Amino acid sequence: MGGRAAGYLLLAPFLVVFAVFGLLPMLFTAWVSLHDWHLLDGPRSFTGTGNYLRLLSDWRFYNALGNTVSIFLLSTVVQLLAALGLAALLNRPLRAATWWRAGVLLPNVVSVVAVALVFGQLFGDTSGTVNAVLQSLGLDPVDWHGDRLAAHLAVSVMVIWRWTGYNALLYLAAMQSIPQERYDAAALDGASRWRAFWSITVPGIRPTILFTVVISTIGGLQLFTEPQLFDPLGTAGTGGTDRQFQTLVMYLYERGFTDYDAGYAAAVAWAVVAVSGIVVLVNFGLVRRMVARS
Amino acid sequence: MTATVTRQVRDRQSTRRTRDASGSTRSPVRWWAYAVLVAVGTASIFPLYWSFVVASSEGAAASGLPSLVPGPHFPDNLARVVTTVDFAFAMQNSLIVASTVAAANVAISTLAGFAFAHLRFPGRNTLFLLVLGTAMIPAQLGVVPLYLVVSDLGWYGRLEAVIVPALAGAFGVFWMRQACEEAVDRDVVDAARLDGCSLLRVIWHVVLPAVRPQAVVLAMLTFMSAWNDFFWPLIVLDPVDSPTVQVVVSELASGYFTDYALMLTGATLGVLPVLAVFVLLARRIVTGIMHGAGRGVR
Repeated sequence: MGGRAAGYLLLAPFLVVFAVFGLLPMLFTAWVSLHDWHLLDGPRSFTGTGNYLRLLSDWRFYNALGNTVSIFLLSTVVQLLAALGLAALLNRPLRAATWWRAGVLLPNVVSVVAVALVFGQLFGDTSGTVNAVLQSLGLDPVDWHGDRLAAHLAVSVMVIWRWTGYNALLYLAAMQSIPQERYDAAALDGASRWRAFWSITVPGIRPTILFTVVISTIGGLQLFTEPQLFDPLGTAGTGGTDRQFQTLVMYLYERGFTDYDAGYAAAVAWAVVAVSGIVVLVNFGLVRRMVARS
Repeated sequence: MTATVTRQVRDRQSTRRTRDASGSTRSPVRWWAYAVLVAVGTASIFPLYWSFVVASSEGAAASGLPSLVPGPHFPDNLARVVTTVDFAFAMQNSLIVASTVAAANVAISTLAGFAFAHLRFPGRNTLFLLVLGTAMIPAQLGVVPLYLVVSDLGWYGRLEAVIVPALAGAFGVFWMRQACEEAVDRDVVDAARLDGCSLLRVIWHVVLPAVRPQAVVLAMLTFMSAWNDFFWPLIVLDPVDSPTVQVVVSELASGYFTDYALMLTGATLGVLPVLAVFVLLARRIVTGIMHGAGRGVR
């Protein structure tokens, strides 16, 4: 086996799977989106930009877009700030350090379906635990499913619960590679620990912060299972009676796999990518401006 | 070394508040740090515990504040889950899917990762960048055509539909490339090749033993993500003929009246296997994620 041939040969199994089930469908999405395409019966006619024009005048699309961005902002900001604080704590010389790290990672290995069901019970409108506690304290129960903001909050709590610890471990890994000398020098200059955190630690893990922002953005804008199963109708639901918490991917699922409008669903898919691209760029710019280089 | 120890001892003994910027290793951890961690740990575990509490309660919703301790009804609820859906069948399906996907990912990613890390061939860097770039594109982009491809292959409602597309992924290749670069000595590979060892034998006798720890972590991570996947199985699998655990559990939630005890018994059952794996391998998974991710960014 020569060196060149060997390289391609070893890559072959991966490249086949990657091309057929990864790359090809992505490119094919563009082609499908230009057609009036029934999911089961196949293409009916070429419509060019027809699906995209419909999308631009579809209030349900804008509704889903607004919900997605709202849930994304609520969950990501809290999640990443909490992860930063948690990582700083985990970076201290703790007893049983691995034990704590495993503890904060635990939520991340639980399936999203289970998470959605447990939190669905906690945030139940009539027999939910959170409302029961509120009422026992003499407070009014919250209409977790009916009220738009309350529903967004409930869904965000699931996302925050599941991802804060994971992001904290990524930050922790980065923090551990910051040289101790920088802290020693700052200590000599009389800097407080708070000051050192913002002027040494945070700039020192800047690449990781940018990475988590990109990852959370891509994941956050693809949110599906949590809000879908938060709907009491489960997979048959459309994000509440008035679509209060229908996200973009839930809308894609509804149009593509409930209404069988593959062409339109493909256009929604491209919209998700476009929105992700824009939000990633904006966030990237924001973080770069806010977090100074070390 | 001695100096550090002395300083640590001195720090422990000192009672005055240290107002300096010492970062990670010097000053002692105060009680409130542990208090915060205990709170975070409780928040991490509570929903799982709560899931079991509800799963062991009576089906009918109790009024007033719910009990914080498990009830005696878990076996009854278990029996109801098993009569409502075919849970054992779903478990079996999930086990087949997740272990096949995990094994295939390790095998395919090790071959590809080794090629990317240690072999020279034209187009290597371009290919690798392409793989990394597409990993950044939301996976849902291709879901409609992927459905068309899979149903053209006649796989709708069959486990192949969820297994084959997941056999390999950009993440695994990236992971194993990193592992091969760090753990495999290029000189040893070259020497073995010069001695007339075939490439596959080099991989079997030199590469695989060296990257075993990372391969185990990759197997665990892909097993868990295949086990937990919901969106794609929901689309291509049949809820009766070929469900995975997640699909079956979501079925329990899709009734017109909400039976929390039934739902959360299913959810608890579906979480147990992954929880067991996590508890067994927590240390490795934690270091794996920290190590891989820490390197991945830079």
